[in-house]
Amino acid sequence: MARAVTTQHKAVATAAAWIVALLIFFPIFYTIITSFKSEQEAIQGFSLIPSGTFESYSEVEAQSGYFKFFLNSVILSVGSTILALLIAVPAAWSMAFAPTKRTKDILMWMLSTKMMPAVAVLFPIYLIFRNFGLLDSRIGMTVMLMLINLPIVVWMLYTYFREIPGEILEAARMDGATLWGEIFYVLTPMAVPGIASTMLLNIILAWNEAFWTIRLTTTEAAPLTAFISSFSSPQGLFWAKLSAASTLAIAPILIMGWFSQKQLVRGLTFGAVK
Amino acid sequence: MATRQTSSLARFMLAPSVLVLLIWMIVPLAMTLWFSFQQYNPLNPINDRFVWFSNYALFYNNPAFLQAILNTLIIVVSVLLITIIGGILLALLIDQPMWGQGVVRILVISPFFVMPPVAALVWKNMIMHPGYGVFADIARFFGAQPIDWFAQYPLFSVILIVAWQWLPFATLILLTALQSLDGEQKEAAEMDGAGFVNRFIYLTLPHLSRAITVVVLIQTIFLLGVYAEILVTTNGGPGYASTNLPFLVYQKALLEFKIGQASAGGIIAVILANIVAFFAMRAVGKNLDK
Repeated sequence: MARAVTTQHKAVATAAAWIVALLIFFPIFYTIITSFKSEQEAIQGFSLIPSGTFESYSEVEAQSGYFKFFLNSVILSVGSTILALLIAVPAAWSMAFAPTKRTKDILMWMLSTKMMPAVAVLFPIYLIFRNFGLLDSRIGMTVMLMLINLPIVVWMLYTYFREIPGEILEAARMDGATLWGEIFYVLTPMAVPGIASTMLLNIILAWNEAFWTIRLTTTEAAPLTAFISSFSSPQGLFWAKLSAASTLAIAPILIMGWFSQKQLVRGLTFGAVK
Repeated sequence: MATRQTSSLARFMLAPSVLVLLIWMIVPLAMTLWFSFQQYNPLNPINDRFVWFSNYALFYNNPAFLQAILNTLIIVVSVLLITIIGGILLALLIDQPMWGQGVVRILVISPFFVMPPVAALVWKNMIMHPGYGVFADIARFFGAQPIDWFAQYPLFSVILIVAWQWLPFATLILLTALQSLDGEQKEAAEMDGAGFVNRFIYLTLPHLSRAITVVVLIQTIFLLGVYAEILVTTNGGPGYASTNLPFLVYQKALLEFKIGQASAGGIIAVILANIVAFFAMRAVGKNLDK
């Protein structure tokens, strides 16, 4: 009888878990509902049934050029991720397949750079960006987001690459494969899933980064984080519009996130919990 | 032959990452350290000079600085308590056999993917607004006076929003760890007549200890830097009631242009983070050895 689960037990657990889950999800749900209300309805008190209008969505685009911010978010998060991968894949690769005595120290040191608080370097970075004309530029922001997430990318790739068995390399070598042959035909196919997972998590992190993107951009390179923050001022009371903008801002990443739960655990715990 | 070729290639492959991170770590931090000993105002350079430690002395003399450090610690500790305790309970609940477990997981993890400004604005306007928020609607339904959360309990409100964002993370990590707990061990304990509480204390909790450590450390790193949530809700106020160290440094540097003071605040933030990092590195490093 030890593991036999009674239907009653299961029903109670189901009910309790669903109630808690719906409460936690409620603010997101309510935002989506509100985005389909008119401004009038939005402030008329609690209601879960919207009139189903799309006017907030079209107004957000018409009044603030929403699409540009969305595009910036895509460019910055995808761009910084690709840049980080270009630099990190070779590094993680060499540490996983040709480790030296110092490999562990280097990894720990890289991780330690992630622990530096952003505010500690706010002004120097601001100054450097201003002097090089990088303020509010897509190039500057892409590099910035790459730097912030590079340690996590290297670490995550390293934990994936390390699981590729080294014996396969030896076998390929015995068969007369060259170094480049090894890399292209043997290792790359095995490394692709790890790289894809890393990419997914990094895009999520870059998309949601909300310190540098807010402080170093104004209009040209401003992504959704900066755009949404501007709603905290006078516009704040246009709730239907705020909800429409918010829904669009979180929807793509929310869906990506649902598919990346495992990678998230692994990436953000540096392989400590799998 | 192959090994020598491999090792020099390895160094070559590693170089860009190391170089980029080295510059990123040293240059701005050295500048901050330098500025922290200066009186420096880019708008009014007449009084600019080297002032030794007087920027740091402000931490003793200016109540705003002390309050900011205190608020930083209060935010970190309260959010940790809420998310760890809540996360364990939630993970235990979701780990039970139930219908629709996959959907429950998705609903619970969702807030983690919401960008901080959206999370803060949604809570500020639609949930906690004293006039039109859902909390106010509920209060009125029970005939009570709605509470103006951000004016009356600013720090608590910020903590609530941040905890909502991080509870999913703690739950997900702890749930993953929980699911790797050996089913046979659990069964054996059950057969021996161990009750739920005993099983939890002697079996589950020790098994979760490493996951809990990791959650505490990772969250602390991020919680020390809470910024957007404060910017779009209370803007640090009323007064300095919800100003934390990152927010104060931002105000000093980019609003008041007191670069020296801001830099000293930044260096204090580095010291705080280093204390945490010291423990974090040891825990993660230990795991690397296995």
